[in-house]
Amino acid sequence: MAVLELDRLSRQFELTPGFVERVIQRKKPSYIKAVERLSISIGENEILGIAGESGCGKSTTCTMVSGLLDPTEGDIRFRGNSILGLKGAAIKDYRRAVQMIFQDPYESLNPRFRIVDIVAEGPRALELWGADEIKRRSLAMLDAVGLPSGKYAERFPHELSGGERQRVGIASALVMEPEVIIADEPLSMLDVSIRAGILDLLREMQAERGFSSLYVSHDLSILGNVADRLLVMYLGQAMEIGPAEEVIRNPKHPYTKALIGAVPIPDPRSRREVPNIRGEISKPIDPPPGCRFAPRCPYANASCNETFIEMKTGDSSLHQAACHRLDEIANAGL
Amino acid sequence: MSSSGASHKLHGLRLALGEHYRIINSNKLSQFGFWVIVVFTVIALLAPWLAPYDPWEMTYDSEGNFASLRPPSWEFPMGTTHLGYDLFSQLILATRTTLLIGVVSGFISIVIGANVGLIAGYYGGKVDEVLMRITDILYGMPFLPFIIVLIALFGRKLEFIILAIVLIIWRTSARVIRAQAMSIKQRQFIQMAKARGASDFRIIYFHILPNVMPLLLLYAAFNIAWSIITEASASFLGFGDGETISWGGMLYELWLSGKTRVAWWWFASPSVCIILLVVSLVFVSRAYEEVANPRLRKR
Repeated sequence: MAVLELDRLSRQFELTPGFVERVIQRKKPSYIKAVERLSISIGENEILGIAGESGCGKSTTCTMVSGLLDPTEGDIRFRGNSILGLKGAAIKDYRRAVQMIFQDPYESLNPRFRIVDIVAEGPRALELWGADEIKRRSLAMLDAVGLPSGKYAERFPHELSGGERQRVGIASALVMEPEVIIADEPLSMLDVSIRAGILDLLREMQAERGFSSLYVSHDLSILGNVADRLLVMYLGQAMEIGPAEEVIRNPKHPYTKALIGAVPIPDPRSRREVPNIRGEISKPIDPPPGCRFAPRCPYANASCNETFIEMKTGDSSLHQAACHRLDEIANAGL
Repeated sequence: MSSSGASHKLHGLRLALGEHYRIINSNKLSQFGFWVIVVFTVIALLAPWLAPYDPWEMTYDSEGNFASLRPPSWEFPMGTTHLGYDLFSQLILATRTTLLIGVVSGFISIVIGANVGLIAGYYGGKVDEVLMRITDILYGMPFLPFIIVLIALFGRKLEFIILAIVLIIWRTSARVIRAQAMSIKQRQFIQMAKARGASDFRIIYFHILPNVMPLLLLYAAFNIAWSIITEASASFLGFGDGETISWGGMLYELWLSGKTRVAWWWFASPSVCIILLVVSLVFVSRAYEEVANPRLRKR
């Protein structure tokens, strides 16, 4: 059974025109469709990777799943129950069960808190255990993420390096004993040399404690490494989903092909076949109803702009792509 | 466990005091300001024992003559009034009133200002709208007519003078702290606290408040300085508490006596005291401003 299900989750932001434009030119507000009809499910102990460029709706999805932002349409279900409109004890339970690891370790730790207090903040806010128990668990958690509590507990964030801070961020999420971890590009602000250590830590913790995760990144090499399944997004729409290995080895969607083609290979002689993508990434302001990638896609025809393909959830081993012209592309041998 | 917790708290307290010590010692002016404030505080606390005469006692010099309008001398270090009151004793006792009004109204106004600012800045929207419109209305309120009406209604009592000062002065700190709270609210560690399940109350008072603390201390010092000036001007215009003596009140007595042109010593001492104390508070607050606003720091 799926731990977490997103059902046609959409979020749009209204762009209200200025007073003069609204009154004199009768301009209507426009909408940015940050996430559109996104349906995915995450199973027990599964790591779902979400890949995409900046502005594709990865972070918006994360903030919606963590309950910090309400979707405009669609539903989020945790173990079968909708989390929208939850109140009181139920929302507290959800807040404990679903924890987020933030992108920027320099900005996400309160500069006035000691390390141990940052880790203990969640349990204290939700009053999970008694004061002594919270302290004991927080110190143990610091040890577990590789920060010896005797040395680090009483320090302030500015005394720590980026990697150490990200470990604090991870400890503060894991101390709540969550069932789902949402990691919003947890490595992107770190030096390459430190990334492997943090990645190992995340994997180790996952094996030890058993939680599902939603792992967001723009770095396909990390996602291929860590994720069980991979979802590729473009401007708020799901483009392709499937087992991570399969998606990276054998991409179906033209966008995925281009994205994978953009990953550098440290060998100057190697050449790959990459679809010829036109133009620049745009903004999803009042887009046409169809595939967002169509304006840039070399294979697009008129029907691509009109209808939107929703992918099936349920069977997690299925490799599928939201493209009208899959067969033609495959037949053309491209 | 509990003993280690207590020693931890003590350690934290020592760290916090150490920080203030460092801030105040960071430049000569704030050091000067700090010591002036300490001296005035000691004078205020020990006033009844320090004053050589009762402030409303007609004094006589060593030869038995009535000491009216005497310039400063060994016997009367700051001279006397036309009724023979010793100005040195008056000044010492007035320090007490002035500091009391300054500290109490400074403190209450910063508590109100901080809460209004934090709540308006954090919640935004309608709450912000309502609280900030109230602040705007207070900005439109001229101080002297306001205090005249208040005192006409309730009488010349110390409590009502403090009330009037507080009602007028909290507005600036509310606005500034609102702006700061709005900017801190956008930072990611607030998002993180929310994601960890912290309530609004917890976010405002545990996460945002410590981060506006330097600004809060700065405005606390400003508010005390403003309260002292405001009290002095109100007392000078005759709206002070008639039962107690204050620096502004001494200047009011001078004005009433009509001896302004003759008795320079009578206006010199209270004026110098007002200037000295307010300037000291500003110097100390400047040191805190450097913490609140790192751009002012010397490189």
